[in-house]
Amino acid sequence: MKKKRRTMLYIPGNNPAMLQQGGVYGADSLLLDLEDAVAINQKDAARILVRNILKEIDFYDAEICVRVNHIDTPFGMKDLEEIVPLQPDAIRFPKTETPEELGRLIEIIEHIEDKHGLPHDKMTLHVMIETALGVQNVFDIAKLSKRVDAITIGGQDLTADMNITNNRDGSGIDLARKMIVMAAKANKIDAIDTVFVDINDDEGLRKEAEYSKNIGFTGKAVINPRQIDIIHEVYQPTQEEIRKAYKIIRAFKKNKEAGIGVFSVDGKMVDAPVMARAAYVLELAEIDFDSI
Amino acid sequence: MKNTIGREVPVNIEGFGKTDMFIGAWEKLKKGWMDEITIPPPNKAKMPHQCKSCMDLEQAITRTSPKNGMTVSFHHHLRNGDNILVKTIEILANMGIKDITLAASSLNQSHDSLLKYLKDGTITKIWTSGLRGILGKEISKGILDKPVIIHSHGGRVRAIHTGKILVDLVIIAASAADEEGNATGSHGKSAFGSLGYAMIDAQYAKQVIVVTDNIVDFPCIPISISQNFVDYVVKVESIGDASQIATGTTRITKSPLDLRIAKLAANVIEHSGFFVPGFSFQVGAGGASLAVAKFIREKMTQQKLKGSFLLGGVTSYIVDMLEEGLFKTVFDVQSFDAAVSTSILNNKNHIEIPAGLYANPFNCGCLTNKLDVVVLGALEIDTNFNVNVITGSDGTIRGASGGHSDTASGANLTVVVCPSFRGRVAIVKKTIHTVVTPGETIDVLVTERGICVNPNKPELEERLIKTGLNIKKIEELQKEVESIVGVEKEIEFTDKIVGVVEYRDGTIIDVIRQVKP
Amino acid sequence: MEIIKKAQAGSFESSDILILIEPLDKKTGRKIEIDSTVMKEYGDSIKKLINNCLDTYQVQNIHLIAKDKGALDLTISARLETALKRASQQ
Repeated sequence: MKKKRRTMLYIPGNNPAMLQQGGVYGADSLLLDLEDAVAINQKDAARILVRNILKEIDFYDAEICVRVNHIDTPFGMKDLEEIVPLQPDAIRFPKTETPEELGRLIEIIEHIEDKHGLPHDKMTLHVMIETALGVQNVFDIAKLSKRVDAITIGGQDLTADMNITNNRDGSGIDLARKMIVMAAKANKIDAIDTVFVDINDDEGLRKEAEYSKNIGFTGKAVINPRQIDIIHEVYQPTQEEIRKAYKIIRAFKKNKEAGIGVFSVDGKMVDAPVMARAAYVLELAEIDFDSI
Repeated sequence: MKNTIGREVPVNIEGFGKTDMFIGAWEKLKKGWMDEITIPPPNKAKMPHQCKSCMDLEQAITRTSPKNGMTVSFHHHLRNGDNILVKTIEILANMGIKDITLAASSLNQSHDSLLKYLKDGTITKIWTSGLRGILGKEISKGILDKPVIIHSHGGRVRAIHTGKILVDLVIIAASAADEEGNATGSHGKSAFGSLGYAMIDAQYAKQVIVVTDNIVDFPCIPISISQNFVDYVVKVESIGDASQIATGTTRITKSPLDLRIAKLAANVIEHSGFFVPGFSFQVGAGGASLAVAKFIREKMTQQKLKGSFLLGGVTSYIVDMLEEGLFKTVFDVQSFDAAVSTSILNNKNHIEIPAGLYANPFNCGCLTNKLDVVVLGALEIDTNFNVNVITGSDGTIRGASGGHSDTASGANLTVVVCPSFRGRVAIVKKTIHTVVTPGETIDVLVTERGICVNPNKPELEERLIKTGLNIKKIEELQKEVESIVGVEKEIEFTDKIVGVVEYRDGTIIDVIRQVKP
Repeated sequence: MEIIKKAQAGSFESSDILILIEPLDKKTGRKIEIDSTVMKEYGDSIKKLINNCLDTYQVQNIHLIAKDKGALDLTISARLETALKRASQQ
């Protein structure tokens, strides 16, 4: 069953107080950040701290993702060498621009995994699209490997790369958002929207999250735990959606017992994708599959 | 000897006397009357038109014939802005008065300068609910020969009724008063709200002085303290630092951790079975405890649920809930910000109450006996749900008993909210330094890493588990915290007892020992 | 590990620890000064942890000052490791 990623809480990798509390806020995913949230002269300190955190701290049910520095910086390679062996749930690559670049990164990761006798298919990869070139190449980037499980958009850096102002209505990056969503859908993976920086504007956050959801994003980045509940509310399925999902799952279970593989609900055939969708709705509604 | 909750309490304490052992939260209430006899209020008379006005505080005090060994009492409605208490002690010390018993309803950082009077024998005994700042630190080191006696708000009233606290002189600071001594805190430049704690002293003290910076035309309305209890009236420049007394409107915390804990607590309350029309509610004045009110307010609005009364220490947030019509009445024993005094003055449903009506169980029924839900904080909590709100992890006195044990005893649902650890210090522990509130009165502990239900409430636990909340056994949570923060070194104490913790019924629930230097 | 210069790691933030180290002459031994907001509760264990880490990295002659604001063991180890690595770089 697909895991939900409605919220991804960014935690600066050099901040012990925030790291050790990361798992208590109920975010679906956590992004331990070694990149933009860490000063250049503290990259080594953050790397070692995050490594220890990964070993010791229980983040409960949250998905753990580590954003490493770009491979072209003096830090990227060291980050991978330190973090890959610990096999967090995912590693996020910033500023991914071409499939060749991603291919190179995957080779490096697999090399490290081989060195440690680790499989190639446990840890997933998230690519972050933050430049115009990255947007243009997003479909090919996402298609490159089954390990790529999510695409995120970095709104701040993208507007800088495009040399436009990051205005409130997001019009400048709207096409980019939609292209990223399309590439994600075409590859059947998640699309995570960029952060909403005004942590005191609850209404603005809600509006943006609603728009985000409507165009197909499966979740949103979060920079303050107070933003989590609002986004979860936005992604909460409607009663109607939940009822339908219930029906489908119940029918599935009944038919499974009777040994029937193909069946229909409300006149529509229920195949694997329909089942998966229903299970996902229940996951979002935080209803236990087994309780039905 | 070990009392019924396993705390080591000597049968006889030096500087205090024989201890009446704690035997259970409600044992002494069951028979329907108090064992101790109550003392009669003082017997006084005044000639017609006798003037009560004094030139200054010193003259008023002189007229009360202070003596060595006297008990002087004060109240903490001026919070950190009080300067009357220190002034009074200075005056008494200059008169050469020694061996004073100080019965302040609570002591805080604004009283730090009293330290020298503790060291030089001016003050030799203290009754108080809370002890913060330098005084707390120094008393923990053992500078007083007699242990300080920590009581609850309700317990203080009981102690005065029984003469355990025998008040010779009370100084009541008021923001408005008339020449006869009718006094209030609900208006004036230094308005602070409810005079709830002072009312018992006004009735029982041998001599009563009202001090104000605002003499109004007779009569001073509302009459919070009545003239028939007042001996002398003094006008001063200022009763304290207004900016510290009335601190604007209270804002809900922005701390993500406190908000998270508060939200979880509100969910617990919502599914507890006590979130029903006509329920009554009490929260603290800040942090996660007050933030619970925000989430309950949202739920009440969404579900169109109306409550009956709000109780306790009142902030402007509580006043807002009253004005919104979410509750019918507010019973106010202490006010925390400027907006509250205006509400007491103008809203007939905002009722000022004395501490006895609030929390003393030895009468026909205090308000805490009628309370449905209370949300409390904690400095430490052990795996038996016993709570410490008086000493810190380093063993020094830094908090207050206040209404904690009173409300926990009465409420149908007592919820403690706190982080599972603060900094590196565990709050959920196997054993705590001091027990103020016994575990049998605590129903639920809500932390960011888990919610624990007292095993004496199995149906509540089942109910909450069914709602999908993160319910854990408290032993499990404690072990988890220990695995994160590590094992603390045990603080070493000497045998000297520096504090005696009274339960609300007068029994001794725990003692505070001197920290080894 | 050979400590060749002064270095520091960490910060004064709550739940962090600031570790300052400098090499001492051979045979001087370890001079360790610890100041912590939770000195009573964790002072001894912090000292033990620091010494164990120094043993692991085989560092003997070092002056170490630690200013702790309630950091967990994993943070203390991380900051010490970072400081040592910085102090051993050219």
